[in-house]
Amino acid sequence: MSVEVEPQTDGAGAADRAPLLEVEHLRVLFPVKSGAVVARTVGHVHAVDDVTFALREGETLGIVGESGCGKTTLIRTLVRLVDATDGAIRFRGADITHADRKQLAPIRREMQMVFQDPQASLNPRKRINQILATPLKIRGVSKDKFEPETRALLDKVGLHPEHLNRYPHEFSGGQRQRIGIARALAVEPKLILLDEPVSALDVSIQAQVINLLDEIQDDLHLSYVFVAHDLGVVRHVSDRIIVMYLGKLMEVSPAEELYTKPIHPYTSALLGAIPIPDPNENRSRERTMITGEPPNPINPPTGCRFHTRCPRATDICSTAEPQLTEYSNGHMAACHHPQNVTASEVVSAVRSDASPHSAGDERPST
Amino acid sequence: MSADGARGASTDGRLLEVQDLKVSFRTEDGVVQAVDGVTFGIDSGEVLAIVGESGSGKSVTAMTLMGLTRGPNTSFGGRALFQGKDLVGASEDELRKVRGAQIAMVFQDPMSSLDPVYRVGDQIVEQIRVHDKKISKAQALDRAAELMEKVGIPRAGDRLRSYPHEFSGGMRQRVMIAMALVNSPKLLLADEPTTALDVTIQAQILDELRTLREETGAAVILVTHDLGVVADIADRIVVMYAGRVVEHGTLDEIFYDPQHPYTWGLLGSIARVDRDRSQRLPAIPGMPPSLLRPPKGCHFRPRCPHAFERCTDVPELAARLPDAPAHLDRCWLEPEQKRKLRQVGDQIGLASRETVIS
Repeated sequence: MSVEVEPQTDGAGAADRAPLLEVEHLRVLFPVKSGAVVARTVGHVHAVDDVTFALREGETLGIVGESGCGKTTLIRTLVRLVDATDGAIRFRGADITHADRKQLAPIRREMQMVFQDPQASLNPRKRINQILATPLKIRGVSKDKFEPETRALLDKVGLHPEHLNRYPHEFSGGQRQRIGIARALAVEPKLILLDEPVSALDVSIQAQVINLLDEIQDDLHLSYVFVAHDLGVVRHVSDRIIVMYLGKLMEVSPAEELYTKPIHPYTSALLGAIPIPDPNENRSRERTMITGEPPNPINPPTGCRFHTRCPRATDICSTAEPQLTEYSNGHMAACHHPQNVTASEVVSAVRSDASPHSAGDERPST
Repeated sequence: MSADGARGASTDGRLLEVQDLKVSFRTEDGVVQAVDGVTFGIDSGEVLAIVGESGSGKSVTAMTLMGLTRGPNTSFGGRALFQGKDLVGASEDELRKVRGAQIAMVFQDPMSSLDPVYRVGDQIVEQIRVHDKKISKAQALDRAAELMEKVGIPRAGDRLRSYPHEFSGGMRQRVMIAMALVNSPKLLLADEPTTALDVTIQAQILDELRTLREETGAAVILVTHDLGVVADIADRIVVMYAGRVVEHGTLDEIFYDPQHPYTWGLLGSIARVDRDRSQRLPAIPGMPPSLLRPPKGCHFRPRCPHAFERCTDVPELAARLPDAPAHLDRCWLEPEQKRKLRQVGDQIGLASRETVIS
């Protein structure tokens, strides 16, 4: 089974490297139980439903979607905080889908996570040097090197090294997120998974943390998987962006094409919903508004999951699940009626190997 | 719903006139001056946005108008004249008559502002009957359904009997808006009404607010940190920083001719979907000061790369542009200098002194 590796448009050279992380037909279902005495499984929440993608070394992959689309479950599954129901996760070619603790230990050193809420993800009873000591120990740093290492880490994330004896509550939200980043960096990982790392922060602090992540990536040649609901932020940091809806991939787009050439109507709807902080721009642009709310993920719609809210939906959308179709430039979308593509682009488009197993063979038509 | 809004403005020009409002909280560590001399006004039918970061005093300002910050450790200064009557000095009884009837509030978190053990319909009915003693329960329920319909809740009649947990976040926020509208208020205070919601739902709620403003002529004070939302809906903007208004102008003035370096920083910090991604974001260095020990002079001085000696004196909130008498700011720099300094690359932003150190 080959996993699509698309040439990247910016960041030349990345294309010929092997993928760092591969995800194949990954499914995560959460059972829904009911019953007073004996709980029976009455259904499943389809949190992540047949998702396939690959992450190249040095790349930043953004994942966006509304709450409940499965983006957080997806990255929690990648670090094995949640177990996959089906499918495979490979890190540097090694299958880690069912690896046990012992097998995972070396991989977790290379794959770290930064969580959304910096308050909840730092132990309030530990000083910063204690918080950073554990990952340093795991990395095999000798005890007498702890202090200089800790200072260097704090300096790297833009905190005063003198603050190493402080407790998390003595820091502001933005500073705590920097500590979370320092903790992830302490084991010298290759890949950092960021779950809404800036959404709890004020805009001016957001910008600082985004710039910091940018700098660290350039310095240490890291790969990021960046999950957020804020399309502006994701677009700013990412090379490629995955748009998810109800557990499915809707679109995989090079970051620079996301705004100018959204192929899936859901992506346009998301973009249209974002108010642009520029009054004239806001007044002049055409916005597709979608009505209603995402359907229940226990009982997702048949066919294309977006068809219940889609302005372009036709009969086929409710009966056949669209294949993930690959257009030029590695831009993929799962839609029967793609937009912003020419007829010839549609003709030359091919079915992607990343298409879900359940997808039909129907070709997209404009 | 009658268009009472227009009538409200008749008393002495403005619907609401906040003059030199001060709010301070006594804490164990000292006095926190959360709001330090805030002045603004709003007319009927207008949407005024109060923009700022956490701790800027924007929410405290809004809550003080409703009398929600009163307590043994709070002290107030200044006035807030609503149709000529002062809200800051008003007695609890007087306030109760205004609150919910003429001024209504929508809070950020729709989950914690609805009572989880009462049906949604009953909560709206309670709100109706508090201010209208004559209405029967059945009539009030009909009215509740009508209001829910109005704010875009489908099958409103059936959903009166639902509990808040049966609603999604967006639907709960619609219920909150329906409750706020019960008595056709003249002024709606919305404190981060869409922050907890997804963008697609946010767009729907903003649309709802826009329609309501047009239909009822009510004035809206929108407290938010999101400049995108502001650009979408506001007529005028008050930018707050560390308890003070640092700039006040129309939507276009603030976005296209911002006078205060903090406003530049805010505008520059946003990762926009429609902008070139190659540049680093011109972030604001450092973080807001502690209001226990605010810096001397301009509160933004320690973070401002353009600060000079004069900034240790507090600049007045005044019009500094000859052709825009209503565009106020608190910055000592000359307008000519500002025009040059605020340009970072091809956008407005705060130039960096060095790399960001917090």
